[in-house]
Amino acid sequence: MTDHHATTDAALAASQAPLLRIEAVEKKFGGFKAVDGLSLDIKAGEFFALLGPSGCGKTTLLRMLAGFETPDRGRILLDGEDVASVLPHRRPVNMMFQNYALFPHLTVKANIAFGLKRAGLKRAEVKARIAEMLALVRLEGLAHRRPDQLSGGQQQRVALARALALRPKLLLLDEPLAALDKKLRESTQRELIELQRRLGTTFVIVTHDQDEAMTVADRIGVMSAGRLEQVAAPRQLYEAPASRWVAEFVGDVNILDGTVAEQDPHRLTVTTQDAATLSVAPPRQKVDINSAVSVAIRPEKIRLSRRGPVADAAAGLNRRDGVVSDLSYLGGLTSYTVKLDAGATLRATLANVARVEVDDFSRGQHVVAWFSPDDCVVLPR
Amino acid sequence: MFTRPARLASIAPLLWMLLFFLVPFGFVVKISLSQAAIAQPPYLPLFDLGAGWEALQAAFAALSLDNFKLLFADDLYWRSYLRSLAVAAAATALLLMIGYPIAYAMARLPRRWQALAMMLVIIPFWTSFLIRIYAWINILQHDGLLNQILLGLHLVSAPVVWLSTDSAMMLGLVYSYLPFMILPLYATLSKIPPSLLEAAQDLGASPRRAFWLVTWPLSLPGIGAGVLLCFIPIVGEFVIPDLLAGSDSMMIGQTLWLEFFTNKDWPVASALAVLLLALLLLPLLAYERLQRRQLEGGR
Repeated sequence: MTDHHATTDAALAASQAPLLRIEAVEKKFGGFKAVDGLSLDIKAGEFFALLGPSGCGKTTLLRMLAGFETPDRGRILLDGEDVASVLPHRRPVNMMFQNYALFPHLTVKANIAFGLKRAGLKRAEVKARIAEMLALVRLEGLAHRRPDQLSGGQQQRVALARALALRPKLLLLDEPLAALDKKLRESTQRELIELQRRLGTTFVIVTHDQDEAMTVADRIGVMSAGRLEQVAAPRQLYEAPASRWVAEFVGDVNILDGTVAEQDPHRLTVTTQDAATLSVAPPRQKVDINSAVSVAIRPEKIRLSRRGPVADAAAGLNRRDGVVSDLSYLGGLTSYTVKLDAGATLRATLANVARVEVDDFSRGQHVVAWFSPDDCVVLPR
Repeated sequence: MFTRPARLASIAPLLWMLLFFLVPFGFVVKISLSQAAIAQPPYLPLFDLGAGWEALQAAFAALSLDNFKLLFADDLYWRSYLRSLAVAAAATALLLMIGYPIAYAMARLPRRWQALAMMLVIIPFWTSFLIRIYAWINILQHDGLLNQILLGLHLVSAPVVWLSTDSAMMLGLVYSYLPFMILPLYATLSKIPPSLLEAAQDLGASPRRAFWLVTWPLSLPGIGAGVLLCFIPIVGEFVIPDLLAGSDSMMIGQTLWLEFFTNKDWPVASALAVLLLALLLLPLLAYERLQRRQLEGGR
């Protein structure tokens, strides 16, 4: 009886355990800590993005997952098994390289077959798998071409097919779309999402492009200086950043520094130096009166108008008078820089919903900038 | 299509080859079809354009393939051809075995060390080739440095004969030609991106398999260039076998020298040279075909 219980418990635990568990992993190059005690769980079937500026350690982390670097400390558990010191050719993990790393002396077909042959698949199986992969990335007619006879987009597909051919538990993608132009990148992003949903393979992508991470990933881990700043779904990352650093790295943001003056269950009052007193939504974690905080407001959450909202609607809103100091027309949006009379400079973006310029403001024009307390995020300073 | 200077530039190498290779080679071919004579120059017939049509016709009629027949009839000649090819093949194989690991190691050094390594490979060229060979004679001779060290360490009880052996010649050939093997190999190996090897390992190839499946095939052009750059001049090598090898068997360069300067038989020597060139064209053509195939494959 007890035995039976033990096995079902273990099975249950296994089904709930993440596919990949990174535990307090550290990697130093000389005196430089590239990855600094980082822990992260990634579930099976997830599309996870590691996002960060260059030099933040995201590529080092990916290379540790592939086996090209060995952690100095910590464990990397794949399906419960520590693979931190397993050599790359023995890991059930495949990687799509940034510059694709296609073998220039081999045809498309032979590139895809490379891993299959090493895995000892029978000839007929290899052939079938190649056909399946070519169909998957829609390159059927190009099996006998060499990499340098392909366009950048086609090379990218071959690299993807080659990395997926072995049906890895985990596919690592190192800046997979960085070499493609904007239009092609966007369509390829959609293809990647579709492919990942269809195959159910766990994808971990490394990128410095936040739009790309937001588009493709279920969850994003934002990295800075070898640590994870925040792990969250794209929307949460943007609307509820955990730190000022994340707020500034992901998207545009206005930051107003101040101190907490008053607190009630619904509103927090923050006194700022250059934007007077702001009424903001209280953060989830408790803040003390007089503690220093930053108030973050996204530019599209700020409205501009000539006179300000009607008195009724204005109740509880933050409203400030200012002058438009700069503006740039971006097509779908216009971005305004407003110098507040109180001293602060705010950036506001307005959607250009009509063709005719009705609501446009010009440089030097007096405007009222207003925003809701609920759109303000309070961050510790 | 081409502008005038571009057309001139493309003609220049052809003109050069015509003036300094084809025309002199024509002379050599003509001499190889002549007969030796005690005269100045030491062969007959002579083409004298001033002697009239009849004399010119007679001179043409006097040309013959006798010298080439002699080359095949007398085993002295084909033996030295065979020895030259065998020595060159053995030396080239040794050079490849020694040069490849060196070039491979150089290509994997950190960038800033690669320039220094390259310098170290090239630095022997700053000393005259002959002086370096004479230095080897000094080291290898009966009371030379090598024997003194071996005797001093009591590793041998009597001086060993090193000089005037085939081993000494091999040593000299490998020593002299090593840079010509290393440099083209290094040039191709350093161009192979390390990510290709990582990709191979990622796809399940052990580091050793990755070398044979990726690095080796991608370095074939460098191997071809290095092998040719060593093999062809070694076949015709004269100085190293003459100074370091024994005198019991000769390479073709030595035989040629002998015919020219000792025997004063210019026609036979010319025939030897013509045949040598024909022999060396074979590997060159093979290499060119290989290169063309790679180029076509790459298009």
